[in-house]
Amino acid sequence: MKALRLLLLTTGLLVLWQLLVILTGAPPYILPGPLPVAKALVSHLPVLGSHLVTTLTEILLGLLLGTLLGTSSALAMIVSPVLKRWMLPLLVISQAIPVFALAPVLVLWFGYGMASKVAMAVLIIFFPVTASFYSGMQRTDPDLLELARIMGARPLAVLRTIVIPQALPAFASGVRVATAVAPIGAVVGEWVGSSAGLGFYMLHANARMQIDLMFAALTILAAISLLLYFCIDRLLDRLIYWQPNQGTSL
Amino acid sequence: MILSAPPAPALIFDRVSLDFAGKPLFHDLTLRLPGGQTTCILGPSGCGKSTILKLIAGSATLPFSGEIHFDPPPEAGRRVAWMGQNDLLLPWLPLVDNVLLGARLRHELSEPLRHKALHLIAEAGLAGYEQSLPSALSGGMRQRGALLRTLMEERQVLLMDEPFSALDALTRLRLQNLAARLTAGATVVLVTHDPLEALRLGDRIVVLAGSPAQVAEIIEPGGKPPREASDPATAVQYGQLLTLLMNGEP
Repeated sequence: MKALRLLLLTTGLLVLWQLLVILTGAPPYILPGPLPVAKALVSHLPVLGSHLVTTLTEILLGLLLGTLLGTSSALAMIVSPVLKRWMLPLLVISQAIPVFALAPVLVLWFGYGMASKVAMAVLIIFFPVTASFYSGMQRTDPDLLELARIMGARPLAVLRTIVIPQALPAFASGVRVATAVAPIGAVVGEWVGSSAGLGFYMLHANARMQIDLMFAALTILAAISLLLYFCIDRLLDRLIYWQPNQGTSL
Repeated sequence: MILSAPPAPALIFDRVSLDFAGKPLFHDLTLRLPGGQTTCILGPSGCGKSTILKLIAGSATLPFSGEIHFDPPPEAGRRVAWMGQNDLLLPWLPLVDNVLLGARLRHELSEPLRHKALHLIAEAGLAGYEQSLPSALSGGMRQRGALLRTLMEERQVLLMDEPFSALDALTRLRLQNLAARLTAGATVVLVTHDPLEALRLGDRIVVLAGSPAQVAEIIEPGGKPPREASDPATAVQYGQLLTLLMNGEP
């Protein structure tokens, strides 16, 4: 049933796309139809595949590092109130700067290779993960904490047994947001300066007026972002078994 | 059974005064709750019934004057166990681990303790549900789990804050019987708004009234708990208690 719905949805979108091309009469160098894009996709599959590997690696590395960094910052702030007082304003300031404006600086510092794109993705991911995990831990049921106090609990055991598990559903929503925005970081990084990746390839194709190829790269990017999101979503639902269906499973 | 020698301590409130939100909740409240018996505290809502339990539990957020002490004083750090209206079972832990929560939080888990938990679970009629998550249990089963978790603490003073009020009438009667059997020998302070529950379970019933709250009446129903609701003496006392409570309402 799910598969059928997905198939119908995709077909619907393709039909809509083709209708748009017919109705607007847009020339192929403005809006190519789905068929030429599919042809371009198939004929350039190996080169698109190699660029996809680059972008996907950037996204995954960014997700991993950003989540790790966000998780440890949130934990540090929960464990140490002093650290929290210093870190919280920093976090807010970091969000006041538009991260995309930092892209040229990151490329300058980390070079044209993968590192600057990963850094970009990490910067975007860091805040939603930190904020969601931290506020999740802060919202621990006070009655549970009182129960633990009466039981003579050790602080670390309370953190591990009560505070962290209780915050995991909130953490998971942070990771879902992070998964959705990580490709943006990687692609913007590639636009500013790179020699590989789907973002780079799109600019390249655009400059050569190979609009069908540009759309092919875009299609792959959209498909892989969706796939990644749904994989992470399923994984989180399975890991946080006591509160399933937090996300938007198909 | 688990609550063996030395005898459970009595609890003494000596001229306890406490202000809450700028108004006196207690003024020179003096009260003795005998050791090894169940004292039920009845009174209109907002009169400070639950606050009495919090004071005994040593809640740091309540600045009171006067003295509250245990006679004889128990071992440091092993004073009381708590059970509230919400079961507070952790949704990510199976029943047996929830029953063992105190030991886990103190890093005291052991095989004999685990055996004891399993034994208690069977005795409470929950055999076969040891590995079930709380979400798979009914309200009555969860509250039984909370009762077992309280008993596993092996404290001689048990504080119960409306522990059965969220249950349907039949389940409540069954749980009252179970609680009376399993807590025999401990000093139990049970706050309730249900006069029948007080009459079924209490060796003594303390009725609070007025503002600031004072002891309006102490009733000793006679005989051993749990008393049958259908018992004629209980029925008569129920009527008297209701009248008393109605007159105490502002």
